[in-house]
Amino acid sequence: MQRSGRDCGEMQRLDADGTGARQAASFKAFLQKSSSRSDRNLYDHLVLLLAKIMDERPDDAVDVLEDMSLELKRASFKDTQRSLRDHVTPSVGERLAEQQLLLFKHAQDFNHEDPTVETGFPNVNESAFYLEQAGVGLGREEMQRILLALKLLVESHGLPQCRLWGKILGTESSYIIAEAEYTEGDEEQSTDEDLQEEEEEESGTQENETDPVPRSTYLHPPMVPKEALGTGANRFFYFVCNEPGLPWVKLPSVSPAQITAARHICKGFTGRLDSPVLSYPPFPGKEANYLRAQIARISAGTQVSPSGFYQTVEEEGEEEEEMAHDQCLVNPEFEGVSSLEMAQSLSSWVHHIQHILKQGRCTWVNTAMKVEEDSIEEEEAAEKDEQADEPEPEYGPPLLTNLSQDAEMFHTPPWSLRLSSTITPQHAVAVLRSNLWPGAFAYSNGKRFENIYVGWGLKYTGQGYSPCVPPPPQKEYPSGPEVTEMLDPSVEEEEEMRMALEEQQEVQQELEEDEEDEN
Amino acid sequence: MDFNSLPYSLEFVAGSGCILTLEERTALQTSLVIVKKNYKFQRILFWGKILGLQHDYFVAQGRGEDEMTDRKSLYSLNCVDWLLLPSVTDAMVEEVSKAAQGRFKGNPSFVYEHKVSQQEGKEQEKVARNVTEEKRLAVTVHHIDEEASVVPRGAFIQSLRGLVQTNRSFGGLSESEARRLENFMHFRKPKTLQKKPIPVKAEWAPAIDFLDVLSEDIPKGSWSLQFECARRVCVLRSLLWLGLTFYHVPMTPQHGYIYMGLGMKNLDLPFML
Repeated sequence: MQRSGRDCGEMQRLDADGTGARQAASFKAFLQKSSSRSDRNLYDHLVLLLAKIMDERPDDAVDVLEDMSLELKRASFKDTQRSLRDHVTPSVGERLAEQQLLLFKHAQDFNHEDPTVETGFPNVNESAFYLEQAGVGLGREEMQRILLALKLLVESHGLPQCRLWGKILGTESSYIIAEAEYTEGDEEQSTDEDLQEEEEEESGTQENETDPVPRSTYLHPPMVPKEALGTGANRFFYFVCNEPGLPWVKLPSVSPAQITAARHICKGFTGRLDSPVLSYPPFPGKEANYLRAQIARISAGTQVSPSGFYQTVEEEGEEEEEMAHDQCLVNPEFEGVSSLEMAQSLSSWVHHIQHILKQGRCTWVNTAMKVEEDSIEEEEAAEKDEQADEPEPEYGPPLLTNLSQDAEMFHTPPWSLRLSSTITPQHAVAVLRSNLWPGAFAYSNGKRFENIYVGWGLKYTGQGYSPCVPPPPQKEYPSGPEVTEMLDPSVEEEEEMRMALEEQQEVQQELEEDEEDEN
Repeated sequence: MDFNSLPYSLEFVAGSGCILTLEERTALQTSLVIVKKNYKFQRILFWGKILGLQHDYFVAQGRGEDEMTDRKSLYSLNCVDWLLLPSVTDAMVEEVSKAAQGRFKGNPSFVYEHKVSQQEGKEQEKVARNVTEEKRLAVTVHHIDEEASVVPRGAFIQSLRGLVQTNRSFGGLSESEARRLENFMHFRKPKTLQKKPIPVKAEWAPAIDFLDVLSEDIPKGSWSLQFECARRVCVLRSLLWLGLTFYHVPMTPQHGYIYMGLGMKNLDLPFML
């Protein structure tokens, strides 16, 4: 405890009064102890505060005491010079700001560009204006940043066209997703996943010749082949980034196995593309693949347009089978439907993305033919194939079916349709909200329409998601008479057997004797 | 979020996707002033929006002297006419949890029917427990406030008499404090506070640390803390009630939370994490 010179003197004088005075003095010393952070001490501060109150005589002094105290502290400038210099590390916000500055700089570099040339990136601000009327959006400034980021994307990757698909929220970070059409020049790097699977199969069939170990007769279900780039679920490819300004990452194309697995799990996104997806049934891939699969499902389920905007490609000749139309083109004769009409019935909206079949693809592929090539136990496999039934082809609703034919799930209609404003219906837009994928919105205003998804990337599960049950355990060995348990024969049965055997032996002996006699 | 900060704070929570249209915002600016005058609230907050199949519900909350106990919720279908929600009792909570299923329909007088067979003596009767959507809305708002409301530490103080009020000297959390979930608290009667060991309680300031802390929520990971809007704003999103967004601008007293969602608890949370 520090004691100033004054105090010691006071203490000596008041010693005669006893311990009370000593306590008062020690408390006063405590009050005069300077703080470790600033050069103040409580005693001086209280003195100044009371002097201020005496001078100013404020109303309700007791209620504003704390505020006055704070003001006093702020007013007195104390230089806090320390011998150590602060090491300034750039905060996350500052680093991002530097990256986002590039968004604005690029605009100046390309000043000499001809502004009348059609650029591939969409007018996000215009869409944002209409989407705001529909009640969905990301805030005007964020949309502006996204617009600039899309411009960067189009320029850096040379894309002819791209579209803002939407935003998927994650626990650590979110994804902003842009959709681009597939052009013929793009090649995908062959993934090593297929090769690895083949290697595993080969290593598993090394036999022990001395002691034949029972071999598993489990056959991996045949892998459904991926759809070619530019068709079906892989018609578009997608770029994602965490924040506008950060570099765009291209997502890999999706395989049917990933789509079927994604249908059975309910997992959130973390925001890091390389984080594993731990789930049952196990998801074949990382978060980037899971994200791509969910994007494919959401697109197939919720991308809609006014009826008549797109028309199917008319094919002449091959009308023997029902050809699922792959593509649809923009109808040049589309005149636009008023938003009042669009808001009245669901049949004025159609899906313009192909439905994904149960198999995980948009066009059905018969996998039974390919089993012989892949598996190694050829003879057994061939036999089993002949016995098994041919898988039935799957059909989905054709392209451009209208929404009134969408099935209801969990007692909720799949879509909610309304006008954006009831007070001014003359200038309102028709707003369509999906109930199956909460977060999917579409609006239509005469000739313009737009789809967007902002949400967590999960389907509406009604009462709650319940994971699928693991398959029953396989039989270790086929059941046959040599391994099945049988009851031991009772004494009577044994007697009967013995009697029957004896009789047989007697009959045989007689026969043999007869033969000998004859010979 | 506070009605006075509505114009700029909606930009901070827009990252979750749901925003209010211009028409709704302007209607709110006018109607909430009238509501505040009529009900004599000290403060009025725009609580959020619950999306129904046919119509959406807009919910506002008025606060009186004591922020914790003096709360009244109102709802509207068009942001202009506001109706008071019934106050929630335990019996109402039980009724709603049994009867109400599925999405909100959008019609406050819609009745959810739930037949319960009661055995009285030897007779079995089927008694219908009916619950209106209005009651379901009130109970949902109550649940969300109980389980997912967020305030930063220091934003509210509790006086010695137990009165909870806004702290006018709240300067905001610093950037490093805003990264830690321990500095955010639920705005409800504390449930886990008393169970803390005494050495932990000794560090607390009794005026500010009187609420449950978010990091104690089960399951861990049900809150997503991010810095949005060019990393300036700390945004907390609840995974238990998908749609609840809390924002706080560090080093300023600006904070608030809003709920824009389906009004259904996320029962799939354990699978999602």
